Amino acid sequence: MNPVNYLYLAALLFTIGAAGVLIRRNAIVVFMCVELMLNACNLAFVAFSRMHGNLDGQIIAFFTMVVAAAEVVVGLAIIVSVFRARHSASVDDASLMKL
Amino acid sequence: MENLIALLVGAPLLGAAVLLCGGRRLDKVGHWVGTLLAAASFAIGLALFADMLGKSADDRALHQRLYTWIPVEGFQADIAFQLDQLSMTFVLLISGVGTLIHVYSIGYMEHDERRRRFFGYLNLFVAAMLLLVLADNYLLLYFGWEGVGLASYLLIGFWQHKPSAATAAKKAFLVNRVGDMGLSIAIMIMFTTFGTFTFGPVLAATGEASEGTLTAIGLMLLLAACGKSAQVPLQSWLGDAMEGPTPVSALIHAATMVTAGVYLIVRSADIFNAAPDAQTVVVVVGAVTLLFGAIVGCAKDDIKKALAGSTMSQIGYMILAAGLGPIGYVFAIMHLVTHGFFKAGLFLGAGSVMHGMNDEVDMRRYGGLRKYMPVTFVTFGLGYLAIIGFPGLSGFFSKDMIIEAAFAKGGTQGWILGSVTLLGAAITAYYMTRVMLMTFFGEKRWQADAEGHEPHPHESPKSMTIPMILLAFGSVFAGGIFGVGDRFVHWLEPVTGYAHGHPPISAAAVTSATVAVMVIGVGLAYLQYGRRPVPVVAPRGSLLTRAARRDLLQDDFNHAVFVRGGTHLTRSLVYVDHSLVDGVVNGTAASVGGLSGRLRKLQNGYARSYAVSMFGGTAVLIAATLLMRAV
Amino acid sequence: MSEINAGFPLLTVTAAVPAVGAILTAAVPAARRTAAKWLALLVSLATLVLAAVVFVRFEPGGDRYQLTESHAWIKDFGVRYELGVDGIGVALIALTALLIPFIVLAGWHDADPLETSSKRWRPTQGFFALILMVEAMVILSFEATDVFLFYVLFEAMLIPMYFLIGGFGDRAHAGSDENAAAQRSYAAVKFLLYNLVGGLIMLAAVIGLYVVAGNFSLTEIAEARANGTLDMATNTERLLFLGFFFAFAVKAPLWPLHTWLPNAMGEATAPVAVLITAVVDKVGTFAMLRFCLGLFPEASQWATPAIIVLALISIVYGALVAVGQRDIKRLVAYASISHFGFIVLGIFAMTSQGQSGATLYMVNHGISTAALMLVAGFLISRRGSRLIADYGGVQKVAPVLAGTFLIGGLATLSLPGLAPFVSEFLVLVGTYARYPVAGVIATTGIVLAALYTLVLYQRTMTGPVKEEVRSLPDLRARELAVAVPLIAVLIFLGVFPKPLTDVVNPAVRHTMSDVQQTDPQPAIQTVEAAK
Repeated sequence: MNPVNYLYLAALLFTIGAAGVLIRRNAIVVFMCVELMLNACNLAFVAFSRMHGNLDGQIIAFFTMVVAAAEVVVGLAIIVSVFRARHSASVDDASLMKL
Repeated sequence: MENLIALLVGAPLLGAAVLLCGGRRLDKVGHWVGTLLAAASFAIGLALFADMLGKSADDRALHQRLYTWIPVEGFQADIAFQLDQLSMTFVLLISGVGTLIHVYSIGYMEHDERRRRFFGYLNLFVAAMLLLVLADNYLLLYFGWEGVGLASYLLIGFWQHKPSAATAAKKAFLVNRVGDMGLSIAIMIMFTTFGTFTFGPVLAATGEASEGTLTAIGLMLLLAACGKSAQVPLQSWLGDAMEGPTPVSALIHAATMVTAGVYLIVRSADIFNAAPDAQTVVVVVGAVTLLFGAIVGCAKDDIKKALAGSTMSQIGYMILAAGLGPIGYVFAIMHLVTHGFFKAGLFLGAGSVMHGMNDEVDMRRYGGLRKYMPVTFVTFGLGYLAIIGFPGLSGFFSKDMIIEAAFAKGGTQGWILGSVTLLGAAITAYYMTRVMLMTFFGEKRWQADAEGHEPHPHESPKSMTIPMILLAFGSVFAGGIFGVGDRFVHWLEPVTGYAHGHPPISAAAVTSATVAVMVIGVGLAYLQYGRRPVPVVAPRGSLLTRAARRDLLQDDFNHAVFVRGGTHLTRSLVYVDHSLVDGVVNGTAASVGGLSGRLRKLQNGYARSYAVSMFGGTAVLIAATLLMRAV
Repeated sequence: MSEINAGFPLLTVTAAVPAVGAILTAAVPAARRTAAKWLALLVSLATLVLAAVVFVRFEPGGDRYQLTESHAWIKDFGVRYELGVDGIGVALIALTALLIPFIVLAGWHDADPLETSSKRWRPTQGFFALILMVEAMVILSFEATDVFLFYVLFEAMLIPMYFLIGGFGDRAHAGSDENAAAQRSYAAVKFLLYNLVGGLIMLAAVIGLYVVAGNFSLTEIAEARANGTLDMATNTERLLFLGFFFAFAVKAPLWPLHTWLPNAMGEATAPVAVLITAVVDKVGTFAMLRFCLGLFPEASQWATPAIIVLALISIVYGALVAVGQRDIKRLVAYASISHFGFIVLGIFAMTSQGQSGATLYMVNHGISTAALMLVAGFLISRRGSRLIADYGGVQKVAPVLAGTFLIGGLATLSLPGLAPFVSEFLVLVGTYARYPVAGVIATTGIVLAALYTLVLYQRTMTGPVKEEVRSLPDLRARELAVAVPLIAVLIFLGVFPKPLTDVVNPAVRHTMSDVQQTDPQPAIQTVEAAK
């Protein structure tokens, strides 16, 4: 199969993820969408690695996975503590930093 | 001898400094200090005069250079004096009449608590006026010119608590400043044309300058002269200046300061000789003012304002003569000197009358004063005869010469000028006879004032009558001394130049005409004011009379155009400054503030909207990068 | 460079004495208010002595910049701590040092704490410390020959001035205290913003100059420009010139950038108003002469017609608006705007007479405004009002006050015999020689000056005595000690300006050669001009 098709899929996944981040209010869903975008990038990296015939893309994909794992830990912790404090997981409720 | 020149100015200047800074300690002796220093100046002047007479006519000018006043690249202004016959004439007039008026003021100002300061100002005036006539360059002359303006301002407004006096002082200074503008522009033109403004080099080089330049300088000098000498169109301040104490009117606004314009023109003779157009304007200004002043003088009931109109008119004669060129310069100065005597005498007489009449100035409330004030009557009378040109008295000689010179101008111009001067002589005789009759003849017309004080006319003290008597001597004999044998002509000729004018009709005919019109003027006034009783309340009068009472509406014109227009202009500019100039800047500030207010709304605290902007920003950046690559 | 002074940093010391004095004054304990005042006075007098030494040490015939000092400051950018004075700088340092003691003396009680304020509050110390700080910065800015150093001082001066205007307002204010405070902070902020914007644009130009020239040294850049090693593109030069000129025109202030001045002078106390107009604003006109003409001669000539028009507008407009003012201090402020127009006119007339006149004008305007404004301040503090209409007949109750006020006013209208006449006439003659029409228009300024001055005097001092002024005391000893010496200086410089012209003339000659201009020659060579 033509590796370019993987790129199309990656773009599609990324767009779905981005739209979810921008549109959804639930913090958990937003978080999942961020993960979706990260994995879309991973897919693109692997596809590029295949297209160019070297391993750089795969290595970066590994890095991304590690970073994503770390991010999940910190992010979920923040969401849980926000939910505990405000009894809501809506991102719009947490708007205290505006002027 | 030339080292004494600075002392002429220095003595009264010292007096002014001592009296004005000395404080109350000097209240008791201040007037003596002032008088003594003015007299010292006169004495030095006499010594220099005697010395000058001993030399040959062409070798009489003295110079004294003190130091460089303003040393700047290409610009040298010196504090330096020049004493020639012309300056000498003025020095003797200023310090002589000045000293007499100091003496007079001792009595006149006796009850004024600020007498010391009055003498300080008088000394300041004498010093500045002497500086004006002794300067050897135009810039130093300008120094004296403004100095006398300041002294005049201070003295007109001496009774500052009267709003009218304060206003009159301000008006005099402002109108004079308009003239001063002319003088400073004249100096600027001289500097750019000749590279100097010292009398000697400038006047010597007039031959090389273009006529246009000289005309410009001449007209600017004339503007200056108009301001200082109260000539049309800058004459409006002189009548109001009579708010000052009477000795001031006598010294500054009759005998000396107001003649400075004549001095300026005669001093700049070479410039005017080479600029016939400027001369024509000078003559016209003189002729217009001489009639203007005379008409105003006929209508005023205030004795000082009537005399002020007369002063204006007489200076008009001098300016006219000065505009005639070499045939007139000498006579302008001669009339100036004789006028200095008789007009100062007349003003001092008026002051003496006011002194005895509780400061009443309305002539309609005088009448029959000759019995009460014999000395004043006689001296005033002699001054009166002198000014109307009674044969043999000083005014006769000087005025007759001017009328002759006016006819001698030649052509139609000569006839017009001659007729104007003759007409002026008739009107002079008329208004002066009117003053004389209303004041000293007829029935007494004074009444008790609102508080019940009835004036008790009495003769003034000796300190006042002696100066009047001395000035009366001058009024009687000065003309004869100067006129007989052309002594004055020979005296001034080396400085001003002289050309004998030949009138189209014989000199004797001119003289007879002068005497005839004088008699007519006197006769008319007698018919109107001598034969009939003078009404205490002024009759409504003809249109001309009413206009003349209001200074021929000149003040109304000034008020409507300059005062009212100026007020509107400044008010609207204040508004513009506040709302427009400041407004533009404030508006910029406000719009920056408004814009930032809008931008602030973007920071709404919603993480998603920040994410949108980040996303949008990234998308734009990527799109731009791709586009750039594509191009 | 000059041997006489190698080793001893006279210029630094002259500026350092008031700076150190400011710190010491600020440190005086709260209870010792009077000691702080005396300390400030002593420091300002010491500075005056040092300035006099500078004046005497300066050799008019010597190098262009004398008493020079030079030390590396920020090596990476070629910024140096470089000082040196020419005749113009010497004259203005003398003016600054002369005026500060009088400002201190006149403001003796202006910053006394109110009865109600806290015991630990030390406004007096702050007030005098700020004045001395301004003095130090102004003197140093007249000495700086490094563009960057000058820029830093030019901006830094705003800080103490801001606090002086905003923190110590005129207590004579119509309306409530709250209103007064609002007006005052408006004036202070306006002052700051105007000058900051000017400074910002100048900063851009300073950086631009560095990019083009590679260093900040005034002398080096000017030399390189003169001998052709540093070529600037015409447009670059013009833009840089405009950047500098804008900042100086705000400070000077030139129409239409002037509106901060009336607010600042109106709201500040009279001594601070004098500090603004007589001292700090002079940095603007001084810098036009030194930096605009020195660094950008061609661009200066290119901009001359426009600047002359602005100067003429300033002269006439300032005077006319002054006539319409109801507030004494604002009137003096607009009069100053008119006078600054004369200074700028003289600078850009590009003649020796005009530039010498402009330099003298800076000094004379400082002294005459100080005389008029400080006496006006004494008057205002007595009656508690700035409105002209609240006065009348003061002459009768306080003749000495009225007399000194009149002399200050006469100096403002340039009466011959008082110092401003000399400078005004030189500016007029210098302008007329090159631009006759401009010269004639500027001459109308002398009539308008007489108008606003005499109207002010008539309305406040003459006429019937108003009930409220009946009990005003005449000048006290401290106030006489302010007014009399200033008047004496005015008269002295009016009849004998030679000491000043001697130091100014050579500097003007240098500036004229900077801009490659020679005086227009008279059409006719007379006997005297030839010799």
